[in-house]
Order: sequence, then C-alpha cells, then structure tokens
Amino acid sequence: MTSLRDDRGVSALHRIADRIGIHNLSLLVALVALLVIFGALRGDVFFSTRNLLNIGMGVAILGVLAISQTGVIVSGGLDISVGSIVGLTTVVTAMAIQATGLSGAGIVAALVVGGLAGLANGVLITYGRINAVIVTLGTMAIFRGIAFILSNGQSISIFQDSFRFIGTGRLLGLPIPIWILVAVAVGFYVFMHKSIVGRNYYAIGGNPIVARLSGLNIPRYRVGIYIVSGVMAGVAGVLLAARTGSGQPISGSDGLELEAITAAFLGGCAMQGGRGTVVGALLGVAIIGVLNNGMILTAVPTFYQMLAKGTLLILAVFLAEYRLNKA
Amino acid sequence: MTDPFVSTQSLTKHFGPVRALTDISFDVHPGEILALVGENGAGKSTLMRLLEGVFPPTRGTIRVEGREVSFSQPRDAHRAGIRVIHQEPEIVPDLTVAENVFAGDLPRKARFFLDWARLNHDTAALLKKFGIARELHPRQMCSGLGPAQRQMIEIMRAVQAGGRLVAFDEPTSSLTDEETRRLFAIIRDLRAEGVAIIYISHRLAEITALADRVVVLRDGALVDDLPAQGVTEERITRLMVGRALSDMFPDRRPGTGPVVLKVEGLTTDHVRDISLELRAGEVLGIGGLIGAGRSELAKGIFGFHRRSAGSVAIDGTALPPGDTAAAIAAGIGFAPEDRKEEALLLLQTILENAVLCVPDKVSNAGFYDRRKARDLISRISDKMRLKASSLDAPVTSLSGGNQQKVVLTRWLACDLKVLILDEPTRGIDVGARSEIYDLIRKLTDHEGLGVIVISSEMPELLGLSDRILVMADGRLRAEFARADASEEAIMQAAIPHGTAAA
Repeated sequence: MTSLRDDRGVSALHRIADRIGIHNLSLLVALVALLVIFGALRGDVFFSTRNLLNIGMGVAILGVLAISQTGVIVSGGLDISVGSIVGLTTVVTAMAIQATGLSGAGIVAALVVGGLAGLANGVLITYGRINAVIVTLGTMAIFRGIAFILSNGQSISIFQDSFRFIGTGRLLGLPIPIWILVAVAVGFYVFMHKSIVGRNYYAIGGNPIVARLSGLNIPRYRVGIYIVSGVMAGVAGVLLAARTGSGQPISGSDGLELEAITAAFLGGCAMQGGRGTVVGALLGVAIIGVLNNGMILTAVPTFYQMLAKGTLLILAVFLAEYRLNKA
Repeated sequence: MTDPFVSTQSLTKHFGPVRALTDISFDVHPGEILALVGENGAGKSTLMRLLEGVFPPTRGTIRVEGREVSFSQPRDAHRAGIRVIHQEPEIVPDLTVAENVFAGDLPRKARFFLDWARLNHDTAALLKKFGIARELHPRQMCSGLGPAQRQMIEIMRAVQAGGRLVAFDEPTSSLTDEETRRLFAIIRDLRAEGVAIIYISHRLAEITALADRVVVLRDGALVDDLPAQGVTEERITRLMVGRALSDMFPDRRPGTGPVVLKVEGLTTDHVRDISLELRAGEVLGIGGLIGAGRSELAKGIFGFHRRSAGSVAIDGTALPPGDTAAAIAAGIGFAPEDRKEEALLLLQTILENAVLCVPDKVSNAGFYDRRKARDLISRISDKMRLKASSLDAPVTSLSGGNQQKVVLTRWLACDLKVLILDEPTRGIDVGARSEIYDLIRKLTDHEGLGVIVISSEMPELLGLSDRILVMADGRLRAEFARADASEEAIMQAAIPHGTAAA
C-alpha cells in the first residue's frame, strides 16, 4: 500500500510538471535565480513588503501590455505601437476628465481611443497588406505625434480623487493596479486557452493557409486582435495616468513596448506565431520586473540598464527560435 | 567494367518513427545511365537528398571514387562532383542566362570585378555545345523562360561546374515530346563523355528507352537491380508495386446518385472556364501533369482562390466566391496535397488538428469542450484505424499515413457532401494507402458522398475513378469513362500541345 502511495506522489509531481510545462518551469528557475542573486546583494531592502509591492506596481502596466502582445504575436503579428498608444490615452483620459469632471468619461475615452488606434493598425496590416512591423513602427510615431498635438506638448493634471484611486488605492492590502492585472490575466487566459475564438488564433498564427482552408475568416481575426491590443494599451494608459495624476504625451516612451515584447518572447512566443501562453508572459513580466528593480537597488547605472534590456530581448527571441528549431 | 563513381553501402534514413530508406546499396559507374524507379513515397527523393548532402544518413556510407565521404550540405556534394537537377529548376529570374549558368562560380577580373566578357563567351560556347544557341542568348534575362529552358540552364550549370554524377528527378514531367527528345539526346551525350547519370521517372517507356540499368525501390528498400536490356514495363511495375494492382482497387459500381456539385465556367487566376458535375456516390478522378492546374481547380472550387467568373453550386445552391467558410458549411471538404504546409498545424496536437472545422460540435457557448471533442474525434479516428499513442500527442509524432488520417478525420467530423482529395496517398506507405482507398469506397458507397481524387499516379487514378477528367494549362482537356481510360490516353491528353500558353 505504501508503494502505491509513493507512485501517486511521483505521478502527481509529474502531472504538476506537465501542467506547468518545461518552458515555464525554466522561467521559474530563472526567476528564483534572480531573486537569490538580488536577495544576496540587497536582501535588507529587496524582500521588504514595500519593495515587493513596488515591483508589483511596476509590472502591472507592463503585464497588461505583455499579455495582449502575446495574443498579437500568437496570431502571427507584432504591435510595437503600444507604448505610444499608452501615451496618447493618458492624454485623452486627462482631457476627458478635465472637460467633464467625470472619472468614468476618462476611462471610456482611453478605451475607445485605444481601440480606434488598434483598429487603424489592424486595417492597415490586413487590408493594406503592409508588414506589421512597418505599420506599427509608423503608427508608433503617428500616435505619439497626435498625443503631443492634442496636449500641445504639456502635461495635463488630473485632480479627481476617484480616478487617482485606481493608481494609488488598495483593495484587501493589494494595490488596485495589481488587481486589474489579475483580472486581465484571468480574462485572457480563459479567452486564449478555453474559447474557440482564442484557439483559432493559434491556428491562424501557426499556419494561415491551414486556417483559411479550415474556413476561418483571417482578416477579421487579425483586425480583432489589434483592436484588443489597442484597448489593453488604453487600460495601461488609464493605470499610468491614475498613478502619475496626469496625462503626459511623453509617457510610455521609455521602452514600454520593448519590455512588453521581451516579456512575450521570454514567455514562449514564437516569432512566426502560433505559440505563446498567458502564464509564460506573466512569468516573463515578473523576470523583467525583478531585474529592473534589482538593477536599481544594486545601483546599476541607467545606461547599463538599457544595455541589459536590449540584450534580454535578443536573447529571448534567440532562445525561442533555438527551441523551435531543435524541436 | 570501370570502378563505380559513386557507391552506397547500407544507406539508411529514418525520420523519427518513419523509415524512409533501409539498407540501400548500389553503384553508379561513369558513362552509365541508371534508372531509379519506385512509387511515390518509395524513397527516391530521400535517396537523392542523401546523395546531394541535404541531410546525413542515419546509417551507412556513401563513397565517391572509393573514398568515403560525408556531406553536411549540398555544397560539399557539389564539390565532389554530384549534381541533382530538380523538378523545379532553381533559377534566379532577374539574372541573365549566363549569370545563372555560372551562379556561385562567376569568372573574375582583378579578383574583384565580374569578367562579363569571359562569362558571356563561356556561356555561348556551352549553349552551342548543347545545340540551343539559337533559342537562348547569354545576356537574356531568365524571367520569361519556360520550364524546358530553365532545365537546360540547370543542366549547363551542373556540367560547367564539373558535375561527374548528374541526377535527373522527373525531368520530363513538364516537357513536350520534342523537348523530351532533345533532353534525351543531351543525356546520351553526357553519358558518352563519361558522366554518370541517375534518371528518375514515372514514365516506364522512357526508362526502357534510355537506361542501361534499373534500380527499383519499394517502401524504402531496394527490391531489384537489373540490366535495362530486355526488361518489360510490366515487370518493372510488378517490382514497384509488389503485388497485383487489382488487389488494391476492388470492383465498384459507378455512382448514379443525383448531381451534388455543379461547377460552371469556373475561372480564377490559375484555371480557365472549367465546367464539371459530380454525382453522389461517384469518384471523379482528375489527371494531368504537375502544373496543369489540378490543385488550383480544387482551390477554386473550395473558394481558397477567388473566382473571377463562373459558378459553384452544391445541391443547386450557389456558393459565394472566395469564401472557404461557406464552402465548408455547404458540405465541401478539401484535403490538400501538401499536408505539412496546407493541412496540418504542426505545433498542435492530433485532437486540436482534428476539430478545426467543427467548432460548434466541440464547444458550449463559445467555450471549447474537451470531453465533447474527444468523444467525437475518437469515434471517427477509431474507425479510421488511426495509430497514435494518444489524441493529445503532437501531430508531428505521426507517420505520413497517420497524419493523412488526421486530415481525413477532420473532414469526416463535418457533415460532408463532397470531399476533394489532392494526391491523397503522396508519401504514404502501401498499407495505409489501401486503407485510404477502402475509406474512399465506404464514403461513396455507404454514405453517398461525391469524391474528387486528384492524382499523378496512374494506377491510383485508373483504379479509383468512375470517371476521369484530364487537365493541361489550367483547362479541362479530356474526359474518360472508366472503361475507356488508359495510361496512354490520359498522358496523350495531359501533355500540352504546341508552345505553352503565355
């Protein structure tokens, strides 16, 4: 009887490893390694509740973007304009609140403008038949430009406390942005892994010819995922505006898209699409968050942090492609 | 006899669970034409790729002039004097004839500059030697050239680069009779110069006319190596197939049901003015050469290629153009020729691949229901005798035959009226092949489906079809009732007459 129980124990472990997946397991190992390194260097500060919450706040915005970026990459695309959409939507939110005095108006404005920006990306890519990298590189500049034009280059302050609560308030001891990240993650997980529409994105990215021969309306799916990406950038814009208490055309321009794309590839996305998971993206985000925070605590100069981030993106894609070729 | 130029010893190649080649040992001598024959999937292409260094053998050795070699890339094989003329010639369209002939080996001036004068002079000499100086010029761009001319350029490239073994893979599949005669003359000239030749073809008449020796492959093994003199086509066929053909295709009664599919004047970018009818319970075969537009006809009917004129109707109801979803909803299924590129999601599992066209049957309110999916698919795949460790295994873990069964399972999960199969047994071993033939039989006789089978394999086309249409240059050229169809008649209709249409 005891041996039977042992067997069960082993198979349960196996099952857990299977469920998590080799790839996510290796991300967990990397994350733990980073925690050990930074813990050893600055354990006093690093593991303090305040710092951990700081990391959480830092990754909330990035997490929302990395998750939707994962959806875009799974479909076979890429959206490098998300940082600019975040900047644009902080401005739009602030302007809407200034004009109406209503927090809700600001949120709706951000989501609508984000969705429209995504619609523009999607239509240009699918119906204009222009490469996704080129389109979103172009709109990255365009959306940023619109943000500067709308705001006249000025920061627009937000005084509504109810709105600022989204960025600074807490619920059950956790900051609101972390709750929003959790909600987005759960929603996307269910969508990408459990719904028929979500599964179809894996088919479209995996092989568009097969998808078309299976009766899927590819242009509609493609436009759809860019709209989702834009709306999620709007959510990130709301979080950022609420945290800083202002709409700033410059916000989101400090490599937010770089980090989101890095997290998605770290999380197991394949360059050509058809592969990637929400859980992987979250682990990728956690690694980037810990790395960012740890580098600040250990006083790595900003310029060198940029080197590290760029290297990480290239490394993530290299590893993803290497794994794919080996398989 | 001279020493062999190339010899192989127990050459074996496995791809995962698939044994593509087992223990192949043979020699090719200088000044000899060796014909390599076998059904599709017998291992001819794999053998060529091993000789050309595309991938290494799992076991066994290749010797060139007695020395053991190991190629890690085609460049190594080229250096050793081995060249393969592929079915689709590798020509850069925006370069001149001369540049293509000397690609990778362009003459230089002062180490840095291209020596145009010498390049064009040398090319002109080669063109003269091949007797085609009148139709090709060294400075001509390659973009407008036909298949025969492209092939000539590739042969000249092989010869100028010092090729001492030249292998031809189905070289006549898109040539006219006249072009074929000229090619044979060139091959014989090469033989006279002491070049070793490997010649792969399905056309057995060519083999008895041209070859000195015949090597027969079946299911990845070498079944015979015999002199070509006095060998009959029947004997080669028997060796290739390994059993009488009639065993694989039991008698059937022709379908006499109502018309399910009616195509009128269908025109796309690839096919012109196609009209045909398919009855319930009928197998309609479509023959023709590679590039005749057969797959494109299937894609036109299915709505993958948007039609510019004509109509497609199922049970009298017209389908909208360019709408694959509507075609599926109306009851058309299409299993394309290239399983890896057009039918399977290689990153996904068997189950995920099988449920692709029936989202409504495997979901509740838009959410995927695994239990429903498993129930539906395992019922069908059991009937198909799909051999897999689990439905959750990656689809790439399966052999070619079982991968094709996954594709067929996908379509049988739908409520079909018409199933279009494009080269349904390409790359599939004999066992799975006869299972697929049985399945087609069951679908027509018991479930009343109309089935269209596109095939380049004559025995398959003749054995399965109730009626055969032949295509050439994107048009229908001939129709044969089962009783009137023969390999010769089909080939006659399939070869484009006169110069190819522009």
